Amino acid sequence: MATLARLQARSSTVGNQYYFRNSVVDPFRIKENDAAVKIQSWFRGCQVRAYVRHLNRIVTIIQKWWRSFLGRKQYQLTVQVAYYTMMMNLYNAMAVRIQRRWRGYRVRKYLFNYYYLKEYLRVVSETNDAIRKALEEFAEMKEREEKKANLEREEKKRDYQARKMHYLLSTKQIPGIYNSPFRKEPDPWELQLQKAKPLTHRRPKVKQKDSTSLNDWLACTSARSFPRSEILPPINRKQCQGPFRDITEVLEQRYKPLEPTLWVAEPIDELKLAREELRREEWLRNVNDNMFLPFSSYHKNEKYIPSMHLSSKYCPISHKEQFRSENPKKWICDKVSVGRKSKDFQTVLPSFELFSKYGKLYSKAGQIV
Amino acid sequence: MSQRQVLQVFEQYQKARTQFVQMVAELATRPQNIETLQNAGVMSLLRTLLLDVVPTIQQTAALALGRLANYNDDLAEAVVKCDILPQLVYSLAEQNRFYKKAAAFVLRAVGKHSPQLAQAIVDCGALDTLVICLEDFDPGVKEAAAWALRYIARHNAELSQAVVDAGAVPLLVLCIQEPEIALKRIAASALSDIAKHSPELAQTVVDAGAVAHLAQMLLNPDAKLKHQILSALSQVSKHSVDLAEMVVEAEIFPVVLTCLKDKDEYVKKNASTLIREIAKHTPELSQLVVNAGGVAAVIDCIGSCKGNTRLPGIMMLGYVAAHSENLAMAVIISKGVPQLSVCLSEEPEDHIKAAAAWALGQIGRHTPEHARAVAVTNTLPVLLSLYMSTESSEDLQVKSKKAIKSILQKCTYLPALEPFLYDAPPNILKHVVGQFSKVLPHDSKARRLFVTSGGLKKVQEIKAEPGSLLQEYINSINNCYPEEIVRYYSPGYSDTLLQRVDSYQPLNN
Repeated sequence: MATLARLQARSSTVGNQYYFRNSVVDPFRIKENDAAVKIQSWFRGCQVRAYVRHLNRIVTIIQKWWRSFLGRKQYQLTVQVAYYTMMMNLYNAMAVRIQRRWRGYRVRKYLFNYYYLKEYLRVVSETNDAIRKALEEFAEMKEREEKKANLEREEKKRDYQARKMHYLLSTKQIPGIYNSPFRKEPDPWELQLQKAKPLTHRRPKVKQKDSTSLNDWLACTSARSFPRSEILPPINRKQCQGPFRDITEVLEQRYKPLEPTLWVAEPIDELKLAREELRREEWLRNVNDNMFLPFSSYHKNEKYIPSMHLSSKYCPISHKEQFRSENPKKWICDKVSVGRKSKDFQTVLPSFELFSKYGKLYSKAGQIV
Repeated sequence: MSQRQVLQVFEQYQKARTQFVQMVAELATRPQNIETLQNAGVMSLLRTLLLDVVPTIQQTAALALGRLANYNDDLAEAVVKCDILPQLVYSLAEQNRFYKKAAAFVLRAVGKHSPQLAQAIVDCGALDTLVICLEDFDPGVKEAAAWALRYIARHNAELSQAVVDAGAVPLLVLCIQEPEIALKRIAASALSDIAKHSPELAQTVVDAGAVAHLAQMLLNPDAKLKHQILSALSQVSKHSVDLAEMVVEAEIFPVVLTCLKDKDEYVKKNASTLIREIAKHTPELSQLVVNAGGVAAVIDCIGSCKGNTRLPGIMMLGYVAAHSENLAMAVIISKGVPQLSVCLSEEPEDHIKAAAAWALGQIGRHTPEHARAVAVTNTLPVLLSLYMSTESSEDLQVKSKKAIKSILQKCTYLPALEPFLYDAPPNILKHVVGQFSKVLPHDSKARRLFVTSGGLKKVQEIKAEPGSLLQEYINSINNCYPEEIVRYYSPGYSDTLLQRVDSYQPLNN
C-alpha cells in the first residue's frame, strides 16, 4: 500500500513531469515528422519516376514496331500506285501513238487529202481558165456584133445621105461638085452618088388600119402577126438538078397570098361591127351622148326624100333580071375560068373547102385528066 | 338663134378648157414654174377638171397632176389633201386606157416620196384597182400600174405586204412574160422591191414562180432589163439559204457570169451582188460558185471596172474566202489576191478600201500558206500605212488592223515580216516578233539571214517591259543565238567595250 500511497503522493508530480517532458519533446517531434515525410516523398518520387521511365521505354518500343508496320504498309501502297501510274502513262503514251497514227491516216485519207486538194485546186484553176476564155470570147463576140451594127448603121446613114444628095451627081454636061474636071479622078463620094438611087418625094403615108381581123392575121399583113419576109422572092434562080418542079411554080405557090373561102373571109357580125364603129365615131365627135337639140320643131319642115329604087318613074325593077344577062354567052366568069364548065354566082352558103382549093395545088392528085 | 351659134358657145368653152389643161401640163414639166402654179391654186382647178365630160381633158388634167406631184413631196401631199386620190381610184377602174395610164402616173408620182404618202394611196383602196389594171390588155397601162405598185412597195415591209395581199405578185410574174421590154423591166423591178424587205415576202415572190422566168431572161440583150432582173434575183436570194438555193436551182450559173462581162456598169454591179448574196450563205453555195468558175469571173470583173461597181465583187471574194481554207485557196489560185491589193492601193474611197482589207484578212487568216500568198503581193505595208494614216476613216483603220493581225498570226514568210520590225507600232510589233520567235528556233538559214539583215539588232533595240509577252518573245529569239552575238548586237555594247579598254592594264608595265 505504501507503494500505492507513494505512488499517490507522487501522482501530481508525475502529471506535471509528463506535461513538462511532453512540452520539451514536442518541437523535436514535428521536425522529425517533417523530415520523415520528406524522406518518404523523395523516395517515393524516385520510385515512380523510375517506373514511368520504364513505361516510356516500353511504349517507345511498341510505337516503333507499330509505326514501322504502318510505314511499310503505306510504302507498299505508294509503290503500287506509282507502278500503276507508270503503267497508265505508258499505256497512254502508246494509245497516243496509235491515235496519232490513226488520226493522221484518217485525216489524210478522208478529211484533208493533200493530193485530192491539189487535184481539186488544179481543176478549179482549169475551170477558171476555161471560164475566162469563154467570157473573153463572149465579150469579143459582143463587141464584134456591136461594131458590125455600128458599121451597118453608118453605112445606111451614108447611103441615105447619098440618096439625098443625088442631085449633085455629075452629068455629061455639068460636072458635079464631086467630079471636078481639074482633078485626075473623081471624088469617092461621086462613085457613091452614082450607085445611089435618087430619093423620091415622100408620099403621104397611107395609114394602116389598126384592126386586126382574121384576114390580116392569116395574110400576114398586120404588124402584130408573123414576121414577113421583107425581100421579094428571087427573080431568077438556077433550076435545081433533079426531078423538081419548075422554080417559078414553086415560088408562086410559096408566096401565094392567102385566099380564104368566103365563109372564113367575111366576118359573121359585120353589121354589128359597123354599128359599133358608127357609134364609136359618134361618141368621139360628140361632147355629150345626148344630142343637144333645143328646138323640137327644127326638123318639122324637112321633106322626105325617097330612095332611088323606089322613086323610079317606071315600074319597080325585078331583082332577078337586074343582075345577070339572059344570054349565058355573055357571062364573064365563064371566060375567066377555063377549067370549069360553067360558072354560077358565088354562093353565099358555105362552100366545101376542098373545092375552093381545087386546081390550085400542084399535086397531081387534084388534076382531072 | 341657130343651133350652130348655140353649139359654138359649147365648143368655145371646151376649147378653152382643153387649152388650159394642156398649157398647165406643159408648164408643169419645168421646175421653175411649179411654185407659181401652186400659188395660183392649180390644184383645185385640176381637181374639177378631173371630172370633166371630155375624156381628153380628164387625161390631161391627170397628167398635169402627176407632173406636179412628181416634183416634190409637198405637192404630192397637197394632192392627197385635196382628196383627189379617191376620184382617181374610182375612175381608174372605169375609164379608157389613156386615162388609166395617166391616173396610174399620178398614183406613182404621189407614192414615190414617202411611206406616209404611199400609205395614203393604199388607204384609198388604190391597190385593188391597180391590180386590175395589171390585167389590162394594153401594155402601157400594165406598165404604169406595175410602176405605181413598185413605188408603193419599195418603202417598207407593211406596204409591200399590202401589195402582196392585193394579189399583185402573180400578175407581175405574168407581166414579166410579156413581150414588151419596158413592161418586163418595170415588173422585174417591182418584184425586186417587194422581195427586198423580208424573207416571207421573198418567199411569196418565189412561190409565184418568178425565179424561173427571171432566170430565163438573163440572156436578154437589153442592159436595163438585165440589171433589174439581177437586182430582183439578188433581193430574193439575200434572205436565207433556202431562197438562195432556189435561185441557184434556176440554173443561173454559167449565164450570170456573162453578165459580168457586160458593158453596162449596173449590170456588172448587180451580177456581182447576186453572186455575193448567193455565196455568203453557206460553204456549199460558195463551193458551187467556185466550181462554176464564178470567182475567176468576178476577179476579172473587179479588174475591168472602177469605184462602187467593184464593191460587191470584193465582198464576194471575202465571203467565199471566209468560209473555209480550201475556198480561200481557190480564191488565191484564181489570182484574186493581186487584184484585191490593186483595189486596196488604187481606190480613192475608204469604204472600198475597207472592204478590200477585210477580204484580204479573210483570205490570209487560214494557214501559213494563205498568209504567204497574201504577203508576197506586198500588201502588208499598204495595210499598215492605211492603219497608220490619219486620213483613213475609223472603219478602215479597224478593218486593216484586224486584217494585219490575222495575217501576221499565220505568216511565216520572213522577208515580208522584216520591214515590220522597223516601222510597226508596238501592238503590231508584238505579233511580228512572236512570229519570228516561232520560226527562228527551227530554221538555221533564217537565223543566219535574220542576223545579216539586221533584224537581230533591231530586236535588241526594242524596249519591252519585263514580264510582258513581247519580252518573252524577244528572250526566245535571243535563246536561238550564242550569247556573244546577242551582246554584240545589243545597244551600248561598243561603250562597254571601250570601258573595258579604259580599264585594261597592259601586261608589259
